[in-house]
Amino acid sequence: MIGLSAVYLLAGVIFGAIAMMSAVDRGNPKRWINALFWGLFAASFLVGDVLGDLGNGVLVLAMVVLAGFVGLGIGSPATTNTATRRQSALSFGNKLFVVALTIPFVTLIGSLSFNAITIGGRPLIDPAQTTLIAFALSVIVAIVLARVMLRQKVPAALDEGRRLLDLLGWASLLPQMLAALGAVFALAGLGTAVGDLAAQAIPADNRLAAVAAYTIGMAVFTAIMGNAFAAFPVMTAGIGLPLIVMRYGGDPTIMSAIGMLSGFCGTLTTPMAANFNLVPVALLGIEDRYAVIKAQIPTAIVLLAVNTVLMYALVFR
Amino acid sequence: MLLTLLGVAVVVAGFAARLNPLLVVATAAIVTGLAGGLDLIAVIAAFGKAFNENRYISLAWLVLPVIGALERAGLQERARDFIVGLRAMTMFRILVLYMLMRQVAVAIGLTSLGGQASMVRPLIAPMAEAAAEAELGPLPAAKRDEIRAHAAAAENVGLFFGEDIFIAIGSILLIKGFLEQNGIIVEPLQLSVWAIPTAVAAFVIHAVRLYLFGRKLAHGSAEQKKALT
Repeated sequence: MIGLSAVYLLAGVIFGAIAMMSAVDRGNPKRWINALFWGLFAASFLVGDVLGDLGNGVLVLAMVVLAGFVGLGIGSPATTNTATRRQSALSFGNKLFVVALTIPFVTLIGSLSFNAITIGGRPLIDPAQTTLIAFALSVIVAIVLARVMLRQKVPAALDEGRRLLDLLGWASLLPQMLAALGAVFALAGLGTAVGDLAAQAIPADNRLAAVAAYTIGMAVFTAIMGNAFAAFPVMTAGIGLPLIVMRYGGDPTIMSAIGMLSGFCGTLTTPMAANFNLVPVALLGIEDRYAVIKAQIPTAIVLLAVNTVLMYALVFR
Repeated sequence: MLLTLLGVAVVVAGFAARLNPLLVVATAAIVTGLAGGLDLIAVIAAFGKAFNENRYISLAWLVLPVIGALERAGLQERARDFIVGLRAMTMFRILVLYMLMRQVAVAIGLTSLGGQASMVRPLIAPMAEAAAEAELGPLPAAKRDEIRAHAAAAENVGLFFGEDIFIAIGSILLIKGFLEQNGIIVEPLQLSVWAIPTAVAAFVIHAVRLYLFGRKLAHGSAEQKKALT
């Protein structure tokens, strides 16, 4: 059965190649730092399962020291200039869009159809991981199509991948680091601590106060934890079920649906949701680290107010 | 138990001071673990274990060689040409249309048709920039950054407030599971239906904000031209 380990192998090989390309890049004064950083990233994918917990912890701390104290450099891969790209855009035309859209469409088709592929009654592809495996397949298909339709050689694609990874730098590791932080938070009982605190601190002696405490609590707790999934059980057990449902007879379905979406308002405002709010800043080359958050905060605040009103109006029907 | 909140304090202070986020997160993890009663080795091991289990998150970067190769072949330039060719396409219309398409696609479960690395950087942000520049002339870097940030925001708003309409998404299943543990049986479809009012509100609020942003941008660039002449 093809599972996640095959995708990790692919990732390890690609990041390993990028590490080696970094090592021989004389245009980057910090080439050895970059080579080591991406090399450790590759090692995590290739041998993470045999390193043991402490080994993985040391590996990630080494990456943090490299990116946080020493600082990563920017590689100088051979790429094309604007004039060449304009020319190339004119000659390839919409073929460029075809290859670009290969990734979402192959991912989609794969994740919908992989379960139907069986060998001797057993699934060929791990049913729990179809989307990630379809995504990896889509990357391979797109690289092949770029080679055939756009004459982009595979080493050039890897070098271009290195250009973008160096542009991301530390931001590339942050989403995975934050997920790991969430696990440590959970281990240390942070959720219950915050829930207890919120339940004590918030006056919820009427319906509107209870609803507002729940929606605002969801948003704030989500902003702290970086995702609404961690906040939902704590806030719902602490405020939602005992007050809104039990004491005031609110509808748990409506409360939960709007409560979760109140949490998403918090996601719009927090650097803890790095893959949504910080990674795009790096990807788009924006100067201000918090520019995306600033663009989202007014929407988040107005929508949280709307959610509170909606819940108050709907939940006690 | 309240000592564990020290980790949150580290995160808030570190992000506010704009320290390197990797250092902030690693420090917060160690502080939280120590405050929660683990010893240093156990904290590092716990963090390493969680890091290893979450490797799938970083698989997203596999898309970068493809995006890079496409950019090398002129994808961003093609996206710009395409938009400039469609004169009706203003920055506001591009971003609202993208947000709407994203929200609808996600609502019917097509979550993979989009993303910051695979759609916004190579296509949507260059299109929005090109449309604004076609209308208003060359823009200063600060304005271009604002347009890019709004392109990323349109993606996030569309994604977040569309996904809960789809019944098999993680958050819906989490709600169902959690309520079941507490003796309340709910239908995923009911949860999806009650996500719709917020989804509509999110679209309207953010569309109005994009409209106002477009007006502000046009106004600012008119002022600038007046100041120059």
